[in-house]
Amino acid sequence: MKVEELKATAAQVRRDIVRMVHGCQSGHPGGSLGCTDLVTALYFHAMKIDDSKGADGYLNFSKEGKGEDLFFLSNGHISPLFYSVLARRGYFDIKEMTTFRKINSRLQGHPATHEHLPGIRVASGSLGQGLSVANGAAYAKKLRKEDNVVYVLMGDGEQQEGQIWEAAQFAPHYKLDNLVAIVDWNKQQIDGSTDKVMDNRDLKAKYQAFGWLTVDLLDGNDMQQVLDALAAAKALLGKGQPVVILMKTEMGAGVDFMMYTHKWHGTAPNDEQLAAALAQLPETLGDY
Amino acid sequence: MKKYTYTEKKDTRSGFGAGMAELGKSHPNVMALCADLVASLKLDAFIKENPDRFVQCGIAEANMIGVAAGLAIAGYVPYATTFANFGSGRVYDQIRQSVAYSSANVKIAVSHAGLTLGEDGATHQILEDLAMMRSMPEMTVINPCDYNQTKAATIALADHVGPAYLRFGRPVVPVFTDPNQEFVIGKAWMVNEGKDVTIVATGHLVWEAIQAGELLEQEGIDAEIINIHTIKPLDEEAILKSVEKTGCVVTAEEHQLNGGLGDAVCQLLSRKRPTPVEMVGVDNSFGESGTPAQLMEKYGLNAAAIVEKVKQVIARK
Repeated sequence: MKVEELKATAAQVRRDIVRMVHGCQSGHPGGSLGCTDLVTALYFHAMKIDDSKGADGYLNFSKEGKGEDLFFLSNGHISPLFYSVLARRGYFDIKEMTTFRKINSRLQGHPATHEHLPGIRVASGSLGQGLSVANGAAYAKKLRKEDNVVYVLMGDGEQQEGQIWEAAQFAPHYKLDNLVAIVDWNKQQIDGSTDKVMDNRDLKAKYQAFGWLTVDLLDGNDMQQVLDALAAAKALLGKGQPVVILMKTEMGAGVDFMMYTHKWHGTAPNDEQLAAALAQLPETLGDY
Repeated sequence: MKKYTYTEKKDTRSGFGAGMAELGKSHPNVMALCADLVASLKLDAFIKENPDRFVQCGIAEANMIGVAAGLAIAGYVPYATTFANFGSGRVYDQIRQSVAYSSANVKIAVSHAGLTLGEDGATHQILEDLAMMRSMPEMTVINPCDYNQTKAATIALADHVGPAYLRFGRPVVPVFTDPNQEFVIGKAWMVNEGKDVTIVATGHLVWEAIQAGELLEQEGIDAEIINIHTIKPLDEEAILKSVEKTGCVVTAEEHQLNGGLGDAVCQLLSRKRPTPVEMVGVDNSFGESGTPAQLMEKYGLNAAAIVEKVKQVIARK
């Protein structure tokens, strides 16, 4: 997909996110909006996925994902983004987004496999676990000599979890050079800026010290830069080391009053705020 | 009382190692993961024959559980191994989210459970793991009683789809079950039929229950002994059927009274058939250093303790 099309898709995904969070008056719009460009670029451009469709018209989905690139979302609270991208990509009916966080829904507050939502391979929400799962999936791809990439997205607040660093030492030890981790380095977490809550310090130097190759993505909300970073990461694969993209984003990107603050980490817009947000986001693919 | 004898003593963890060695040959999708305790888990034979299917994870158990989940998603059947203490409480949340809630086909196989870990003391003597794992939806929980049963359980789990917790131990104990037994997950083993009391035992306490049965026989008490190797799902039918005959129960396990096999049996009976129950287990206490035999004696987890509880429960009938 070309960059202009990707931008248009991302705009629609952003509309979906704020509408979903508004619809149930809960959820996490800030990080979802911040990572929209990346996850859109992954599913509509970078990742090789099975494009065959079932009798119901939706994409066939296998948890195993043989022959496919895989994506794991570790910071599961940005589930509205994940659901919108999966639905827009064709895994399920976009109308199902109306059920987000409501009773009897497959679109749980945090991503889950339990209700068999196509596109989800593991539950996430309790932070710090996704990189380990991606390690296992990447290890399996290597064992089977599958020429695919495993992607995992993490938050920067999440880097405070100890398990991340257990996982960060595993991937280089086993030379998982088919693994691309992305850290959403937006410098915000629930209680304030990451610098104040628990300083991550130099994440790039940390990952390098652990044996990772790094790619700087200075503006993760600029689609062209996102594409360039993903291409740069791909070019570094196969060299005996895993790759991490350190992606600077703005929490709430695309909705001016949700940006430059941590306040929209986990807050839903009211009717007025929804209207103000939607006025900034063109309806490119048709609302659900 | 049916006679049980043994010609050798072996550790249940060696039964696990033997089971893994067989799976290495029969099941190409089975993998072993370990957190720096390969020799303790008796994985040497598996690793020697299947070096590509072993993943050393280092002293990083949380990551190990996640890696296992990732391998399971890809269709492998990973056995994540360490000591029971580090494979349960330390990684409860990882098991809960990445394995059980995600329906990942991961087997958590853990050694050195309970007091019989011995001299290392209470830091390592997990006595709460059955409670934790029992309470987790989708989790199968198995605590075999000797070398042969542990080997059989290890092999049976490879064809069982779903998360499971397999718990075994460190010390050498009598090998008294059939080496060619068919291990059916969730199906109790009738060790001895009797009419006066039902002794429901798991793990290392099964041999003690047999010893208790022989002592009771000398006093004219005819004990029915049931081995529950699968704590969850519990073989309710076997227990209810036995209780219909005997009218009272003693449970025995190397675990806290809170949340273990005894609790599971009490929950069943209080709902379906209220019956007097006495429980042998650790009563709201941590362990300490000592030899396995000394510890089992001090904390009341042996044949003598079972005999005493049997007398108490019969008096309550």
